[in-house]
Amino acid sequence: MTILLSKPGLDGHDVGVKVLAYALKDAGFNVIYTGLRKSIEEIVAQAEVVNADMIGLSILSGTHLILCQRMQEVLDERGIAIPWLVGGNIPHGDKGAIEGFGAVAAFPTGTKVDEVISFLKEFQME
Amino acid sequence: MSSQEKKTDGDKSFDASVNDVKKVLLESGIEVKPLYTREDMQDSEADQSIPGQYPFTRGIHSEMYRKRPFTIRQYAGFASPEETNKRFKFLIENGQTGLNVAFDLPTQCGFDSDDPRTLGEVGRVGMSVDTLDDFEIAFDGIDLDKITVSLTINGTAIVLMAMYFALAEKRGYDVKTLRGTAQNDILKEFIGRGTWIFPVDSSVKLVVDTVEYCANHVTKYSPVSVCGYHIRESGANPVQEMAYAFCIAKAYTDETLKRGVDIDEFASRLSFNFDIYGNLFEQIAKFRGGRRLWAKIIREDYNAKNDKSSWMRMIAGGGGGGLTKEQPENNIIRSAYYALISALSGTQTMALCSYDEAYTIPTEKAAELSLRTMQILIHEMGICDTVDPLGGSYYVEALTDRFETEIQKEMKTVEALGGIVEAVASGKIQEKVSHQAYDREKGIQTGEIPKVGVNMFQKDEDPKPVEFHPYNVDAANYQIEKLQRIKNDRNGEKVQSCLEKLREDCLQNVNLMPTVIEAVKAYASVGEIIQVMKDVYGEYEEPIFF
Repeated sequence: MTILLSKPGLDGHDVGVKVLAYALKDAGFNVIYTGLRKSIEEIVAQAEVVNADMIGLSILSGTHLILCQRMQEVLDERGIAIPWLVGGNIPHGDKGAIEGFGAVAAFPTGTKVDEVISFLKEFQME
Repeated sequence: MSSQEKKTDGDKSFDASVNDVKKVLLESGIEVKPLYTREDMQDSEADQSIPGQYPFTRGIHSEMYRKRPFTIRQYAGFASPEETNKRFKFLIENGQTGLNVAFDLPTQCGFDSDDPRTLGEVGRVGMSVDTLDDFEIAFDGIDLDKITVSLTINGTAIVLMAMYFALAEKRGYDVKTLRGTAQNDILKEFIGRGTWIFPVDSSVKLVVDTVEYCANHVTKYSPVSVCGYHIRESGANPVQEMAYAFCIAKAYTDETLKRGVDIDEFASRLSFNFDIYGNLFEQIAKFRGGRRLWAKIIREDYNAKNDKSSWMRMIAGGGGGGLTKEQPENNIIRSAYYALISALSGTQTMALCSYDEAYTIPTEKAAELSLRTMQILIHEMGICDTVDPLGGSYYVEALTDRFETEIQKEMKTVEALGGIVEAVASGKIQEKVSHQAYDREKGIQTGEIPKVGVNMFQKDEDPKPVEFHPYNVDAANYQIEKLQRIKNDRNGEKVQSCLEKLREDCLQNVNLMPTVIEAVKAYASVGEIIQVMKDVYGEYEEPIFF
């Protein structure tokens, strides 16, 4: 399973996404990380190029609602059906809204790496 | 494992005899003995060390806080310059003696508020600045010669510093009297925090432009605050935090010397920003040992004559990496300990993370609690009565010596990578610290690294609760409209000629500061100025190591 991890928007806090990248690699996933400051359009384009099975967004600046809404819009505009999820500084209260946009999961602040791995393994089985 | 089991486990080791206690390793890899005695201090320089005298192990001043307590400087500033101005006035009325300005990400990354790439970011994590007009509003009614202002800005620091100096000039101050600090440490942005713009070499050139300019014109201003802080937050251990910061400070120093500026003309204006979390004694020794080593580097390697040049002046506090989302009120207690550590380490300035920072921009209540934490320490705890109260402790002195040695060793490993500029450009440092961050995360999840409320003494909590600072869409729109108005009202020809001059300066490789000051006075925007520099220097390409 290939996962494209990315940092959309201008937020430069990348400790979490790098920790997740190492953890997912150790758990046997194929991980590609885009680096910082990517637009949603760039992320979707790269996901297509690398044939990603999942896109993971990491957002800590508080811009998650706006960026997540945009994420689904861009996928729909281009007719692409790659599942996506988001983590970072996400309040519990925003989880529903993000999943409503079309995310397969939204991991709130304080989520353990193992929870993400378990989710992905289950997702893979389905 | 339940919290009950953990507790019993802890009690057992307490009762054990000295011979079978388990090995204690500090985060920096230094082993701690169960007991320290006079024997451990035999080679120590502690006996000769006098505060205010070289090598300043015990503090850079002879009387330290007896004469004046550390400066309290909480990080503040959000949304519009108008709102920020109100917050500043609130903090000043509450006894704060320095302001620490946070900027939004568009300002930090060099985009104007009306740029499509700033979607949802305008005014979100700090004050939004497009033109000098925003500075005029934010500092309205604030005496620039009575307060020290710290600008937390890096990638666009040369522009924001130019705005601050231009503002002071316009308001009739002599810039030679201005005191304050710009963070302006771009090398650490490549390791952590991520607001880089240009390739590494050009980025360093811009920092050096500001150092050279300040040495000649704004002589009391501190143009760079080298940040071990974010390096530590990115996964570095305390020894690496100091070592990488010193390597970075040396890189700026070497480049400034090449411009023909004397070491004593600028070294005293370089300062540091360090992190505090983890083992109390390890942090204190880190600062004492680091302070001694930095003094030696500046005096012995750079032949500085002035004592002040070799002072490791610092802001120390924060500790975001130690705070937890679980049981957030515990962070109030942690922060109070971090404040104590900072004061026992002889800091010049202190800023604490507020207990809700794991979630959000601090609420007014949380920011006030941080302020009170530091005020209680100053006024009730006797922390200011005597200098370096831990000096002479067998353990603290032995650990201080050890830190000096270990930091030196780590600096040599950076040299072996080709120096800090090369090590950062290639991504080697980033790879190392982010892997350590992963190891630390694993340690917390397995319980190997104890964390109260996280892997011991947990309780079921409602996932709630902390008050969220709302994003003000109206303020963002107002900011965009204001920028449009200024672009219409300003003298467009003057702006264009300033930007052309800037392009020429970039190509000629001269100091850009004078031209940037002229450009901001003409109300050229941050985005316009940065775009000219991008045209000439290009942009940084992040090394990806996964």
